[in-house]
Amino acid sequence: MTPKQLMNDEEIRRALKRIAHEIVERNAGASLVSLVGIHRRGVPLARRLAAMIAETEHVQVPVGELDIGLYRDDLHSRGPAPILGRTILPELGKRVVVLVDDVLYTGRTIRAALNELSDWGRPSAIQLAVLVDRGHRELPIRADFVGKNIPTAKNERVDVQLSEIDSAQDSVVIVQED
Amino acid sequence: MSSPTTTPRRRHVLDLDDWSADELRSLLTIATQMKDILERPVKQVPTLRGKIVVNMFWEDSTRTRSSFELAAKALSANVLSLGAKDTSVKKGESLVDTVRTVQALGADYIVMRHGQSGAPYLVAQHFRGSVINGGDGRHAHPSQALLDLFTMHERLGELADKKVVIVGDILHSRVARSNLWALTTMGAKVVVCGPPTLIGPAKYWQSTWPKVEISHSLDHAAEGADVLMALRLQHERMEGGLLPSLREYSRRFGLNATRVASANSNVIVMHPGPMNEGVEIMPDVATGPHSVIETQITNGVAMRMALFYYLATGSEQV
Repeated sequence: MTPKQLMNDEEIRRALKRIAHEIVERNAGASLVSLVGIHRRGVPLARRLAAMIAETEHVQVPVGELDIGLYRDDLHSRGPAPILGRTILPELGKRVVVLVDDVLYTGRTIRAALNELSDWGRPSAIQLAVLVDRGHRELPIRADFVGKNIPTAKNERVDVQLSEIDSAQDSVVIVQED
Repeated sequence: MSSPTTTPRRRHVLDLDDWSADELRSLLTIATQMKDILERPVKQVPTLRGKIVVNMFWEDSTRTRSSFELAAKALSANVLSLGAKDTSVKKGESLVDTVRTVQALGADYIVMRHGQSGAPYLVAQHFRGSVINGGDGRHAHPSQALLDLFTMHERLGELADKKVVIVGDILHSRVARSNLWALTTMGAKVVVCGPPTLIGPAKYWQSTWPKVEISHSLDHAAEGADVLMALRLQHERMEGGLLPSLREYSRRFGLNATRVASANSNVIVMHPGPMNEGVEIMPDVATGPHSVIETQITNGVAMRMALFYYLATGSEQV
């Protein structure tokens, strides 16, 4: 089946803009906020959100990146050694950390990210921002900021393309898997 | 989210003779990330939680054993270290019986150090988990060669056409042999240097390692080198009549400041340890600005973590 587009670049931009506003509103400004993108596509999304917040609030929000590869609970049943990204985090103590990822699905990635963050420090709060929530949670986890809720079937795959990583125009597509 | 993957999964790490350059590169990338972990506030990740690593060191070793132990612990594995002295080996149990015992105890990984070449291969045949060769006889010491490769790559970048001089008792050295596999695979220009009694016949080198150059003069070999690696001189070589005297050896094949100065300006000086300072390497060189000997130790933990991770992924798929 041909992939069906669910969001184009303009819709992604507007969704992120709204999330940036909501983050600022929810935290009464951005002075205590740090953004942490989850590898891989959460990282450019966090950077974009930081740029949008800088534009409206004139605050340079610290941006970090988190690779959860070593915290996965399915490592032993996965294929050959997945390449690991780097984990580079700003100071977490007394900050509101907003985790950023592209797609929220089972919640297991977020569970791993929460465990990893707590090994690094003790933020005053952790919030979650995702571009797409596709449902099918396997853990009691929900997002604080959602770009778009997309009902999906389990045999479908949601692919997010971002210009920074995929050298293609931004888009969210849904693909039917066999 | 799918991650990019590498070559098919490996179950054991016994030697480096069948590793491709791509596979070595992906391991170097993983080791870089593992090194980051050692600088975190909590120097531990849960990757191997609930797994059991058994170090079977049937030959004395402090640094390799502690390095494997720390690596396994940094990944949250449970570690048991056995030595030939404190086990039933003394009571006459065979190696295979010990492996069966260790398996029944629930081990997932065995790290094997043994005086006999090939012992880890025997262990691999009788163990359902993964075996890492921690050094066997004169045969191989893959984790040492990998940490050496990691250290060189970190300092010098791509190793293609870099001149790497390994000086010392090449003939009896498992470190040298594993390094030769890794370095030639990565395209480095390797020179092995030492007295003829410790290098072996030129015919062997021509037929087995056609790309490796042999040299009996360190003064000559050191010129323009990017890496100078001294090997530990085992004292029993003296007794075996392979060397005239330690002083003679040190004068002709010891790494000294003059020889380092004749190398490339950013040359790195390496030694797998433990060192005989004043014999194969002079104290001022061992601690000098070109020395990466301490980095090798740190990198050893990171590389061994990378090996465990590499073997862990997908271990329940097969």
